[in-house]
Amino acid sequence: MSDLMTNPPIEQMKPPRRTVGVTGWLRENLFNTWFNSVLTLLTLYGIWLLFVPLVRWAFVDSLWFSSAEACRDIEGACWSIIPANVSFIFFGFFPDGQQWRPLLTMLLLFALVFYSKDSKHWKRSLVIYWTLGLIVMATLMYGGVFGMPVVETAQWSGFPLTLMLSLFGMVFAYPLGVLLALGRRSRLPAIKSLCVVYIELIRGVPLISLLFMSSVMFPLFLPEGVTIDKVLRAQAAIILFTAAYIAEVVRGGLQAIPRGQYEAADSLGLGYGKTMRLIILPQALKIVIPPSVGILISAFKDTSLVVIIALYDVLKTTQVTLSNPQWMGFSREAYLFLALLYFICCYLMSSYSRKLEKDLHTGH
Amino acid sequence: MKKLTVATPAELPQAVPFWRDPAKRGVLFQIVVLLSALSVGYVLFSNTQANLERQSIATGFGFLQNEAGFEIAEPVIEYSAADSYSRALTVGALNTLKVSFIGILLTLLLGVIVGISRLSHNWLVSRLAGMFIEVMQNIPILLQLFFWYSIFYEAFPAPRQALNPLPGIFLCNRGLIFGIPAEHPVHSSMLIALLVGIVGWWLLVRQGHKIQDRSGRIFPMHRLGMALSLLLPMAVWLVAGAPLGMDVPELRGFNFSGGMTVSPEFSALLLGLVLYTSAFVAEIVRAGIQSVSRGQVEAAKAVGLRPGQVLRLVILPQALRVIIPPLTSQMLNLTKNSSLAIAIGYSDFVSVANTTINQTGQAIEGVALIMVVYLCFSLSTSVFMNWYNKKMALVER
Repeated sequence: MSDLMTNPPIEQMKPPRRTVGVTGWLRENLFNTWFNSVLTLLTLYGIWLLFVPLVRWAFVDSLWFSSAEACRDIEGACWSIIPANVSFIFFGFFPDGQQWRPLLTMLLLFALVFYSKDSKHWKRSLVIYWTLGLIVMATLMYGGVFGMPVVETAQWSGFPLTLMLSLFGMVFAYPLGVLLALGRRSRLPAIKSLCVVYIELIRGVPLISLLFMSSVMFPLFLPEGVTIDKVLRAQAAIILFTAAYIAEVVRGGLQAIPRGQYEAADSLGLGYGKTMRLIILPQALKIVIPPSVGILISAFKDTSLVVIIALYDVLKTTQVTLSNPQWMGFSREAYLFLALLYFICCYLMSSYSRKLEKDLHTGH
Repeated sequence: MKKLTVATPAELPQAVPFWRDPAKRGVLFQIVVLLSALSVGYVLFSNTQANLERQSIATGFGFLQNEAGFEIAEPVIEYSAADSYSRALTVGALNTLKVSFIGILLTLLLGVIVGISRLSHNWLVSRLAGMFIEVMQNIPILLQLFFWYSIFYEAFPAPRQALNPLPGIFLCNRGLIFGIPAEHPVHSSMLIALLVGIVGWWLLVRQGHKIQDRSGRIFPMHRLGMALSLLLPMAVWLVAGAPLGMDVPELRGFNFSGGMTVSPEFSALLLGLVLYTSAFVAEIVRAGIQSVSRGQVEAAKAVGLRPGQVLRLVILPQALRVIIPPLTSQMLNLTKNSSLAIAIGYSDFVSVANTTINQTGQAIEGVALIMVVYLCFSLSTSVFMNWYNKKMALVER
């Protein structure tokens, strides 16, 4: 016994130097087999070939704050197109001197989104904040009170329009999508077939055909003398389109609810409405939050399609800037800037959706 | 003790009122919904009728026979402005099919490569693939199309200073121009030989399975089949005297003549569609391969299968079951996104239909045609999907 206790402690051996630290990491991840070594070297060479001219173009030979004339003499990128036109790209035809209003609207929206990110804040009060926020935003944009001149929706353009089309597209499409999903799962044949036809029809055609419908066909549907603004028509098309996709996502959530839940609700004597409202939907909607963020991302990207029916979203205002003879020929710089803008928004949303998926996973 | 009262049948209500009977309530609800749907439809229809009459627009598809009067760049079949609208629309539909078909092939290739790279043990390669996927997925496809198109018409030089990345291939603001083998009658015979070879391959596979089932001997059917379908066209080519003539592009005046020209519109559309969709395909491929559990691979190695066999007989059949359904929907997305061609001026179906609407004012018919054509694509895809799901569904106890 005492032998065991008095054994002198063996000095711990250090791992071989080749397996730890930077060298170890390099050996492990980049040069562990001859194939990987060749692959790494080839990739590094490719990056070198591609990135050196790119960095040269974008950062070395480029101009950031200059006139358009100065840009004509350089080899590199002319980023000056962005600061010189930033207010038009972001706010489009919103009247000069009033552009603090869309700016404030956007900040308010971001604040609300940021506040809603935390699942601790998902309470009834959140709905009230959003309702209040939307009213304030609409007042800010439209004006007419507190000495703010009225700005018609036709003049709403640029980034606020992009945000509005995707946000309202989502907000109004969601209830419609839930109804469609319930209808598709309904036992009543007429309701079921109506919903199936609607969902499959919309999902089968490209968004652009719905936008065409809203711009050229929809005016024919209205009685004489009634006109609806072009922006609202496009908004309606986006809502109808998004609803079909939401319906499919929600249906997935409904299908994931075990039968026992329905039967338990039935045995408690709950009717259809109460079963859905109190038992099924709260569980199903929680499951589908992450894929819904995915739909929000594609709705956000898809709003750029309104360019084709000549609405002035942020992509169209950029193109208008590019058609100005002074700034003609700098498309790459402008489009890269827009790509960065879209990328940041979508990337934040998608990483949030991944985090949410992890947080909401309460199963075993 | 209080006496329990039991209701006698006489005291029970004889008939349940209809608003308490779920079956009758359901029927009533359906009738109400159908009637309201019909009345909304009727109001829209009558409004439309009135509007059309007031603007004196004729309805119906009679206009399809009229002369189109506009040109279409790079038609697949012969077409001129004197042809009818129906011919123009056919050209548009064929253009859509052309860009979708080539796009799908390239997307599958690139998507599989990127998806496998994402799983690579090489840190650099896997990170690069991840970056590619994130960047491409998070930028709207329309913006990507505009970007690639702007590269063609702004960054590339005029034909006289055309970039020449590889001998015989030129890049300039007129598009991508490359040499092709000069036309020769042997080409059609080579195509027939290739088809014969593929049929032979298929027969060999059937025969090989039979031999393996009977004797357990593995017959090298794929190697033989591949050799057959490659060597047969080669043999035909050699018999014809091995014609080597090439149709090489040459600079004449301000443009190239000869060779094959791919327009900037088509190239930009194809590039945008392929890069955007392959990012989604890569994620699908990665998820599919990861869905096959390690135990399966280890078991396959344990029974002595070679790496190629492990991939072909164990991993792929299981991964494909996960991969194919979302993959088909991505292919369909690519076809639907090809309708964005209109934004950069490639004449796909939507673009031709839009021109038709603008010229004739037949908005309803035009939009209906667009929808019907795309519905045909998606319905045929879902028919294929149902067939595939039935074929591949796990047969469980």
